[in-house]
Parts: sequence; C-alpha cells; structure tokens
Amino acid sequence: MNRGIPVKTAETIGMAQRGGSVFSHLKLGNGAVGSLIGKGEADVLIGFEPGETVRHLPFLKKDGVVISTSRPIQPVSAMIGSSEYRVNDILSYLRKSAPNLTLIDSEKALQEIGNAKVLNVLLLGAAARSGHLGVSAEDIRNALRERMPEKLWEVNDRALEYPLG
Amino acid sequence: MHTEFLMGNEAIALGALAAGVDVCAGYPGTPSTEILETIAKRNPGNVYVEWSVNEKSGMEVAAGAAYTGARALVTMKQVGLNVASDPLMSLEYVGVKGGMVVVTADDPGPISSQTEQDTRTFGMFSKVPVFDPSTVQEAYEMVQEAFELSEKYHTPIFLRPTTRIDHGYASISVKEPSEYKRTNPEGFVKDASRWVIFPRLSVRNHAAIEARNRELSAVFSDYDRNFIKEDTLDQSACEAKLNPSHKRLGIATHGVNYAYVMDACQDLFGEEAHPNLLRVATPFPFPEELALKFLRGLDEVLCVEELDPVIERALIQIAGKYHLPVVIRGKQTGDVKPSGENTVDSVKENLRSFLEKYEAGTKAPSNPSEDLENAENPKPALPVRPPVLCAGCPHRASFYAVKEAMKGKKTIYCGDIGCYTLGNAHPLDMTDTCLCMGAGINIAQGAARIEPDTYAFAFVGDSTFFAAGLTGTVNAFFNQANMTLVVLDNSTTAMTGHQPHPGTGSTLMGKSVKPVSIEKVLRAIGLETVEIVDPLDHEKSVETVKRVSEEPGVKAIIFRSPCIVRFKPKGPKSKINPDLCIACHKCIRELGCPALILEDAEALEPGAKPKAKIDVSLCTGCTLCEQICPVHAISGGAKNE
Repeated sequence: MNRGIPVKTAETIGMAQRGGSVFSHLKLGNGAVGSLIGKGEADVLIGFEPGETVRHLPFLKKDGVVISTSRPIQPVSAMIGSSEYRVNDILSYLRKSAPNLTLIDSEKALQEIGNAKVLNVLLLGAAARSGHLGVSAEDIRNALRERMPEKLWEVNDRALEYPLG
Repeated sequence: MHTEFLMGNEAIALGALAAGVDVCAGYPGTPSTEILETIAKRNPGNVYVEWSVNEKSGMEVAAGAAYTGARALVTMKQVGLNVASDPLMSLEYVGVKGGMVVVTADDPGPISSQTEQDTRTFGMFSKVPVFDPSTVQEAYEMVQEAFELSEKYHTPIFLRPTTRIDHGYASISVKEPSEYKRTNPEGFVKDASRWVIFPRLSVRNHAAIEARNRELSAVFSDYDRNFIKEDTLDQSACEAKLNPSHKRLGIATHGVNYAYVMDACQDLFGEEAHPNLLRVATPFPFPEELALKFLRGLDEVLCVEELDPVIERALIQIAGKYHLPVVIRGKQTGDVKPSGENTVDSVKENLRSFLEKYEAGTKAPSNPSEDLENAENPKPALPVRPPVLCAGCPHRASFYAVKEAMKGKKTIYCGDIGCYTLGNAHPLDMTDTCLCMGAGINIAQGAARIEPDTYAFAFVGDSTFFAAGLTGTVNAFFNQANMTLVVLDNSTTAMTGHQPHPGTGSTLMGKSVKPVSIEKVLRAIGLETVEIVDPLDHEKSVETVKRVSEEPGVKAIIFRSPCIVRFKPKGPKSKINPDLCIACHKCIRELGCPALILEDAEALEPGAKPKAKIDVSLCTGCTLCEQICPVHAISGGAKNE
C-alpha cells in the first residue's frame, strides 16, 4: 500500500485459536475483482505448518515459491488415533512437489532469534527474499517500523534477515 | 478522503459513521461481529453503541432510536435475524423516521453457522429492501446509500454482506471524520396512528408497502449498482466458428459471486472479455425493468448464486410474465451446486460447462495440482484438523467431570451455541444435541418427558444464558421438569472474540457496570439448588455433579472458571516425569488436550511405547491432567504464579 499497490485479502477467522486449519489469500495489483485465489494461481505459498502447506499446495502455480516451516503441529485427532500424520511422508512429498521450496526449522530459528512471536516476520522475510512476493524485505521493514514501538524493531529485523541454510 | 486497508466489517462500520449514525446495537455472531467493535473503536464521540443481550433487543433499541428521527444501525449474523424477526416483521409495517439499516451477515458454507439461510429471501418475506455488496469498497458506499433510502422511504433496509465481504480486506478510499454527515433528530413525536400497531394500521400500511416496493423496483432498475455488461467476447469469431448454434448466452450474478465470475472470465477468455452479464445489487425489490432488458434477445442465462436461487426465481418469473423464450439455468436446474460456498474454481467450472459453445475460444485450463500427483509422488494422507477446545479450556474440565460422574447412567447431554459446542468432539463426546441459541434447556425437558429414567443435562454458556436461556429455565421450573442445568461460566463471550455481556460488568461504551448475577437470577426463578464449582477442581466437580443430579426438579451447577484466552494464566506449566509415566496415554485418550502429545516415535528404541509429553508452548498449567494421571507422573502446573 505504501507503494500504491491495491491490496485484497480473504481469510478464515476464529478457528485458528481453536486449533483448526485456517488460510488467508492475498492479492496485490489491479488485475482482480475478488480476493479468493483459484487453484494453480498463487505465486507464493507461505505455510506455518508442513501438513497445512501440503493441504494448500493445489493453489500454487507451476514453479511457484513455497516457504514453509518444517515443524509439525500434531492435531488432537492424530494423538487420539482418529487420523494419521506421518511427518516424513509429508516433508518428502513437499520436497518432490515444490521445486522452489524453502523449508525453515522454525523452532531452531526462533530460539536463535530469541522470540517465538516473530514467526510471521521470519516467514515473510524469507518470502520477500525469494524475489517473487512483489514487495522487498526493505518494504516490510519500513512498514513494520511505522506500526511497531521502537523496542520491537531489532528482534523483527533479526527475524526478517534470518539466514536461510 | 484517504486510503485505508480495511476488513469488510470495518468498512461497513466506517460507512455507517460517515452516514452520521447515532445509535448502534447488535449481538455478536460470526461473520458480523467486527462491525460494532469498529464503531466503538472509531467512535467520533457522539455515537451510542451497545452489545445488546440478544438480536431482538438490538433490533428494538435501533427501532426506538429511529422512531425519534435518529439514524440507527443494528448488526447480527443470519441466524440472529431469526431471533430478531419478530420485531422486524412488525417494524416493516410501522416504518421508521430516521434511517435504519439492518446488517445481517450471511455465511455460505456455512463456515461457522447452523444454517445456510439467505437474507435476500428474508427480505422478500418481510418486504424489507435488500442491498447485496460485491466488494469491500462497495459495502462502505452502500451502507451510506442504504441510510439515505431508508430515510426517504421510511423503511428499515437490509445490508447483507457474506463472509468473504465481511472478512475480506481491501485498500479502499474512505471519508475524513470532518466529512461525516451530522444528523439532527427531531425527537419522538406522539402519534398513536403511526407508532401503535393495530389491524387497521397493518392493512393500510401493507397496501402502501406493496406500492412502495413496486416503485422501488423501478428506482432500482436505474440504480447504477444494478447493471448489465454487454457481451465483449469476439462476437464475429464466436458466431463464425465457436458458437455454431448461434445461441445468445448471459450470466446473472450478485455479491461476491460477481467477483468470482469476473475473475473466472478473465482466466477463461482473457482481459475484460465476458458474455452478457447482469449484476444484481438489490435482489429485493428486484429491478424488473433492467432484468427484462437483459433477458430480451437471450437464449440461455446461467444464474451464479450462493445460498438461495433468488435471482434465478426472479428471472423465471419475469420470463413467464413477458413470455420470453429464454432458458434460465442455475441451482434449480443443477447447473450450480445447491449448497455450500462458491469459489473462483467452482464458478469457472460452472461457466465452462455453460459456455461450452465457446470452448474452442477459451484458454486451455492449467491445473498444476494434477501434475503434482503421480505414481512416483503420491500425495500423503493429511491429518484432519478440526477446531478443538483450547489447551487449558475450563469447558474441557466441566464436560469431563460430568462424564466421570454419570458413568454407567442413562443420560442425555443437550448442548448449545458457543465454544462449548466443541465438547461434542471425540474423546469428550459430551454433546448429544445442539440446535440454536438456548434450545438445549428446553430440549432436555422434552426428552425427559418421554424418558423419565434419563438424567437430562443442559449445558449453556454465560452469554447464551442471558441471550436465550432465561425463558427456558423459567419454563423448566414452572412446568416442574426434572433436569440439571449446567452453566459453563467463563465470564466472556468467547467464541466470537470476548465481547462483554450482562454478567461481565462492562459495556461496549467502556463503562464499568454492576454485573447481573447468574446465581441470583436462578435463585430468583425459584431453583433451590444452585452450586458454584471451579471445574478445574476435578474431585469436587465430580462429587457435586453426582450429588446434584440425584435431586428432584430443576437444579443448577455453575462451573465458573475464566476463559484462558481472555485471562491468560501466568503460572508454571505442568511437566511429565518420564521416569514415572507408564505410557498408558490416559491423559491423551480421555482429555484430548492439544498440549498433550506423544514422544516422537522415531527417536525411541524399536518397540518402545512413546510416553506422553507436554507442549509447553500450549500448556496453561490448568492441572486437569495432573489430577487424572493414575501414577501421578504429571505435576508442577499452576494457574497463577
């Protein structure tokens, strides 16, 4: 928006807090009327959980960029045996299906950064550095500074610039 | 004017403020809740805003304000409109003086509702005009236009966004507070022939309403948000090669589906190309003249709608009335799915099969997701991830206590609307029925009339108790039912985002007020047994349920413990001592708490059974698992420091 690009989003609200699967679609630019993205149309897919990344992979366009954490969050359904979650199968499927994949060990990264609440900025920074997000890491830094108290700038900078393997 | 990145509901709120709204009321409900919250947040200082006890109260508060000439807004979700329908049906006959807009948020899917009812149909039934926005910007502008129209025609007006408008964000241009309209309400003017509903008034006003709605149909045909877009596909190319039958085709659509149709056309035909298109922004009264213009000369029309086939029915009626030889397709012909939410992809599929005559002209659809799935790279099974009660949620402890106490006895557990509806999920399995706000209390009574040997329980949350549980409780006491009322009191309206209610001691205007006491209300009704227990004290909770459920008549247990999302516990988390844990998995199997997980099986010796462990990022230290562990392997948690 700071660069004058029209922005539209669509998201599910409410279920995230209660452990449900949620998504948010984001469109930049003048092209679209609606905010939902069709299958095979997304330039970038950012996943906060590998199983959820796979769930939403059909929205990604061919050779689109995927940024995802590699740390699974086991749902209660898998713990009590009413559904299955085999993490290694999911990660290997992801590696084979998405050529432009960046997997981030979020637990390790957040420990090094020193704050578990900057996961979103960590993933956004990785997406921006892929060059396919339409905005740069610098744009994100500037926008964060407009919105956040100064004491949080440094930890967010570290998340934004966290070196990816 | 300036640009803001706004959620649809925020845009509706700012639109109402720009229209000079004086009084706002409503009851929380997804996807409508953020409208009133935004009014409260962005209040220029002269607006009264309240969370009413339920939608009926909100509707009546707004009507009273509109009787004085003030502008009033009332918001709710679609099923909330059912609660408010009694005042609204009569209000339409009486009319208003100041502008009154009823925002009813519909929920195709449904994503978080009981029904897929359509407020456009409700508009037709109640004779109240309906506005149906397609984008966030349009919702902002439409609410202002709706106030003008309401005031001009002395009728309440529906604005009915759907979830994708309510919860979609867009960067839109909005007015500065200095540009907001200022109203100057005259005040209530006594006139019994106008404000007191009697049969004589009803028959007179009914005739006037029918005439007005015919007039509005003509007005809406000229309203620029209802429009026809002429065919921009290459006609000559289509006629020559691609449309051998030379059929003239059209698409009729509305709301967010208009955006799906435009985006789908762009994908199918390229930039700015689409067949003849009718966009209906006022489904009631239907813009008949405009629709007639659209239909003339067409052979087939596809109606792309969510929820009810409102446009489809209207077009069929118009085609019949004017003897037009046009085929109307849509939900009733099976060309569009009858239920659920549409998406760009589903609409693209609808258009593709409808426009198959144009097929050679469409771009070949790409579907890379199919490319991904092949024999060498089979898609792994994904775990289902339904919403669950939070780690540390006191509702889990309440349900578990009742379950333990009533083991082996014949029971019926009647649930209600709120977070605690999630108590139905495995492994708790503690919700046998759920219908609508407050219904569980009466359903428990009805079921127990037929099976008197059943222990009937009704679970109701604190906000739901005030919104819809009082009459059911009085009914039970008056008619001498035999049941246990369980009030799950977490001191907030949790599911919709922690709005204040009569029991919380605060209002949306930010004032501290004297809370209404649930136990005093129950005692005043006449209940002799009203016990208050902390559900996180498991032993005492089980003992209380065992004892109270055996008493005759109507008795109540209030499980009182604050919502952990609202009042974040700061105490130490629980820990599992792996030397003591016997890997029986009772804690995981019986509680279904998301903070209880299994050790990573791959890190264990072959054949070893994984033990339970605690996800410290989720644990709140509620200690429920500590209390049920058979070998006392879990300890150390506490709610407070």
